[in-house]
Amino acid sequence: MLILLAVHLAAALSAPTLVRLWGRRAFWVLALAPASVAVWALTWTERVAAGQGPVEVVEWIPQLGLDLSFRLDTLSWFMTLVVGGVGALVLVYCSAYFSASASGLGRFGGVFVAFAGAMLGLVTADDMILLFVFWELTTVTSYLLIGHYSERKASRRAAMQAIVITTAGGLAMLVGIVLLGEAAGTYRLSSVIADPPGGTLATVAICCLLAGAVTKSALIPFHFWLPAAMAAPTPVSAYLHAAAMVKAGVYLVARFAPAYGTSPVWRWIVVVLGGGALLLGGYRALRQHDLKLVLAFGTVSQLGLITLLVGLGTRATALAGLAMLGAHAMFKAALFLVVGVVDAATGTRDLRRLSGVGRALPLTAAAGALATASMIGLPPFAGYVAKEAGLEAALHLDEGALGPVVLVVVALGSALTVAYGLRLWWGAFATKRAVVPESALVGDAADQQADGARSPGTTIHAEAHPDAEPAPISRPSLVLVWPALVLGALGLGVALLPQLGEHLLAPYADTYASGESGHLTLWAGLTPALAVTVVVLALGALAFWAREQVEHWQQGRYRGPEADRLYRRFMRRLDDVAADVTAVTQRGSLPLYLGIVLVVFVVGVGGVLLSRTGLPGQVRAWDRLAQVPFAVAIIVSALLVTRARRRLKAVILLGVGGYSVAGLFLLHGAPDLALTQVLVETVTLVVFVLVLRRLPPYFSDRPLAASRWVRLAIGLAVGLVAAGVALVAPGARMHLPQSQEFPVEAYEFGGGKNIVNVTLVDIRAWDTMGEISVLLVAATGVASLVFLSRRGGAIFRAREATTDRAVWGAGDDALAALRAPRAGDQARVDAPATNREWLRAGETLAPRRRSVIFEVVVRLLFHTMIVYSLFLLFSGHNAPGGGFAAGLVTGIALVVRYLAGGRYELGEAAPVQPGVLLGTGLFLSAGVGLVAQLMGLSVLESVIVQVDLPVLGHVKLVTSLFFDVGVYLVVVGLVLDILRSLGAEIDRRAETGEDDAEPDDDRSPVRAAARTGRAR
Amino acid sequence: MIDMSPSLVLVVTIAALFAAGVYLLLERSLTRVLVGVVLLGNGANLLFLVAGGAAGGPPITGVTPERQMSDPLPQAMVLTAIVITLGLSAFLLAMAYRSWQLHRHDEVQDDVEDRRIAQLAAVDERATADTDTEGTAGSLDEDAQEARDETDEGATTPEATLATGEDEEPVDEGRGAR
Repeated sequence: MLILLAVHLAAALSAPTLVRLWGRRAFWVLALAPASVAVWALTWTERVAAGQGPVEVVEWIPQLGLDLSFRLDTLSWFMTLVVGGVGALVLVYCSAYFSASASGLGRFGGVFVAFAGAMLGLVTADDMILLFVFWELTTVTSYLLIGHYSERKASRRAAMQAIVITTAGGLAMLVGIVLLGEAAGTYRLSSVIADPPGGTLATVAICCLLAGAVTKSALIPFHFWLPAAMAAPTPVSAYLHAAAMVKAGVYLVARFAPAYGTSPVWRWIVVVLGGGALLLGGYRALRQHDLKLVLAFGTVSQLGLITLLVGLGTRATALAGLAMLGAHAMFKAALFLVVGVVDAATGTRDLRRLSGVGRALPLTAAAGALATASMIGLPPFAGYVAKEAGLEAALHLDEGALGPVVLVVVALGSALTVAYGLRLWWGAFATKRAVVPESALVGDAADQQADGARSPGTTIHAEAHPDAEPAPISRPSLVLVWPALVLGALGLGVALLPQLGEHLLAPYADTYASGESGHLTLWAGLTPALAVTVVVLALGALAFWAREQVEHWQQGRYRGPEADRLYRRFMRRLDDVAADVTAVTQRGSLPLYLGIVLVVFVVGVGGVLLSRTGLPGQVRAWDRLAQVPFAVAIIVSALLVTRARRRLKAVILLGVGGYSVAGLFLLHGAPDLALTQVLVETVTLVVFVLVLRRLPPYFSDRPLAASRWVRLAIGLAVGLVAAGVALVAPGARMHLPQSQEFPVEAYEFGGGKNIVNVTLVDIRAWDTMGEISVLLVAATGVASLVFLSRRGGAIFRAREATTDRAVWGAGDDALAALRAPRAGDQARVDAPATNREWLRAGETLAPRRRSVIFEVVVRLLFHTMIVYSLFLLFSGHNAPGGGFAAGLVTGIALVVRYLAGGRYELGEAAPVQPGVLLGTGLFLSAGVGLVAQLMGLSVLESVIVQVDLPVLGHVKLVTSLFFDVGVYLVVVGLVLDILRSLGAEIDRRAETGEDDAEPDDDRSPVRAAARTGRAR
Repeated sequence: MIDMSPSLVLVVTIAALFAAGVYLLLERSLTRVLVGVVLLGNGANLLFLVAGGAAGGPPITGVTPERQMSDPLPQAMVLTAIVITLGLSAFLLAMAYRSWQLHRHDEVQDDVEDRRIAQLAAVDERATADTDTEGTAGSLDEDAQEARDETDEGATTPEATLATGEDEEPVDEGRGAR
């Protein structure tokens, strides 16, 4: 069976290509897939009947106990035959039905075959979860097929409706499957059926399962999706909505009925919903004008009947139900195909416009007649045999009032079937005295609905439209006719051999526990069932004869809301509720969101702290006394920061706290951290100041006292919880620290003594790799927020500096005269060798911004700092330092150059694009990892090379050094990017006045205030 | 094995940093939010160290005996966290600058789109138009009337050839006229 599924998959995937190559002839090839299934099923016929069907089990997800298990018993065999046979015929039909230029044929063919494959899997799966997977696959493919004409609103709506309803049922079914599987201890379908679990849980489970079946098989109250789904192309209607997909629900009922058919809940659901669908579908079919709609409501009706019969849980009804299932697949698919022919030949499916089609297309009419005869249960057709068996079984149903009720319902439903069946054939093929012109059709429908009280019996519109002519008829290709003829003839053929059918289907009926076994027969003598049949036929014929009265009576009668409308109203309400929930939860306020997150933290972590943990047995006041002054500095600065109203004050206090944290790090025994913290704190301070230049000096006042108290309360609560975690966490350790072995590992494998650094570049190098990627992203983010359209602007070189505008000399540059270009200036800049200046770009600064002392100090310090950073980089493996610290020192050197000499000085100091540094750094780090792998080691593993060099002596080279160099480059790139964006670019804009242009998307009072302030 | 009892002075410092950080984090000014984030970061870094055990010597082989070393693993994690905080600060500052460029202030405003949805929900209006399921859906009959398949309209083979032959004719006429 797996092979057959693979064949379908391959056919589905290659369908677009095949259709492109061969056009619609490709459908012949595609038809081979379902045809092979039918042939395969036929070869197993005798063995399946003897109970020796094939079983396939392939392990899929052993952790979940999920297998690809398939099994072919009588029920599966029968369904497989239907799915494969009808599928092949319909695909052949497709090859002539669609015009060669029809759109999306490749996709259509692929999805159609995929559906056939999913259906095959569904009916043969022996694992309930697997069954669910195929179930949903049919739902999805059917969605695509219903919505085939995706440019049409009606198609999209119908497809959406179908998928919403069937997946809702499918989800309920999944719940049922899980409940049942857990109760039974296995998900193997055959085992569950053989030994069904009982109890309340099982009852709930079967209710959920039935929800899936009812939605899939379009029983009331979910029947309305099926008529709407007639927006699909007619071959789809013939296959999915008559023979295959809607039968999936019936299949599910049939599958579980032997186990649960006698439970009262099951019976109630099946009888009420099945019987209701049987009557409602037949009733509604009587007043439809569109042939496909007549068939659709007829299908709802028939599905109700089959569900009723199969679900009743006795052997006789089960046999009748299964026979009915097969008969229905044949006649309903044939009728859809016939309607498709009529539609293609005349351009309409409205039975009021059709006349004389039977004379023009005799073969089609014959096929239609064969199928209709089977549908209304005329002997000697399959429908008759099945219905006769059903009536017989209902007559012998000795279960109190149930038997008569079922009998009456089935008889009534059958009479309705006779009526709409005759009306269908008459509507499609008869020659009528009066027809309605196309233009009047829809308007008429509206008219009739408006004055539904019009007296019955008025002949339709003959006098209103004297110009009415029947739709023109052209002759369709024979390929369109013979699939329907084959199906219709088959309905006759199998009925002539009822004993064969009984022999083949009886093994399924025998799996039911109760009831006598039924029989399939053409002539059982003058039985009560025969009498009922005669009455049914007479009643149906009467209803057909009085069809106009019936139609008008119906239109006058019905005034309640239709299920379709109710569904739409419900969906509308659902959307409203969703919008309300969104409105309540998504307030768009950042403080609110953060507050909720923090409160959850407090409640969750705090709750665990209070309930699950105790205070540590031993607490020290301090590790080292020197910690106290640093801690006091941190606490005081933190408190002052919260009260600061001036931005600069807040930032400086933040820096004080940060440096003090570095002190605590050092005292804790973490020199690397202390070093990094000091450097980072320095860079952060500079970056803050760079941006604060543009922001207002004071925070705007927010005189909302209440919200301040809330913030304070949340802050204190979070602080307390954090303190609690700090108290509890150290003592909560249950295992030895992972870092226990680090010292030895670091030295032996990483080749370094500084364990923290080796951890970064070797032991946990993947973490570091992720981290420098984050740095790269952050740097890119900064650059894009400032430069907006490009990654970075040009590098400012001193020789390109404009002479009319000084750096940092914006506004009233009173001393501009001093910078007036003098003879020889240009030569000086061009010839740095003879430069009297301390910094190359010092000249570009506004004179009042220059500081000779600063320039001298920078000139002296810069190279020292670079050398020191390289020292940190290379010694980092054995002493505090490493790529991060080294990169930051280099960064600070650049910061100092920038602060002393402006953006041109920065350009002279680092004439590279930061993106190049970032990219090279990441490439280097990742490259080291790959090299290790190429050498047969694991990714990012270190290689140690030891050599004796003449001057340097013994050199021990560890490849992770290159990783560290990569880190170094990324950090330098980050700092350079920040300086170029938040420093140089903002400078340039301030000088050219770009930022001072009025923002045009803002009407806030703040801006108005800013404007008045500037005006003053 | 490192002594695992926590030291009170660090615990109090952590509490102060967290409390002050959260207080500022819930502000609207982006600068203050950022200051809050940095304070929180410092607090979290300290928390990491404390969770790793008591103070010890620098974890450098040869400098400190193995038994007296402080735990190196949290240190490595904190080190990356410190540098990432730098990147985050720079990014938030760039956002603050951008906000100043656009609005001349750095306040985080409420999301306008969320507000619009809330207002529409309050009066049961739709935020998005779904024309497929909304509005004037046709009756089944009308929809069925529109649902046409792309068929050949029943053209049989001879008729089809005839039709194409007719189609070609005007072209010939055109040539003749020329």
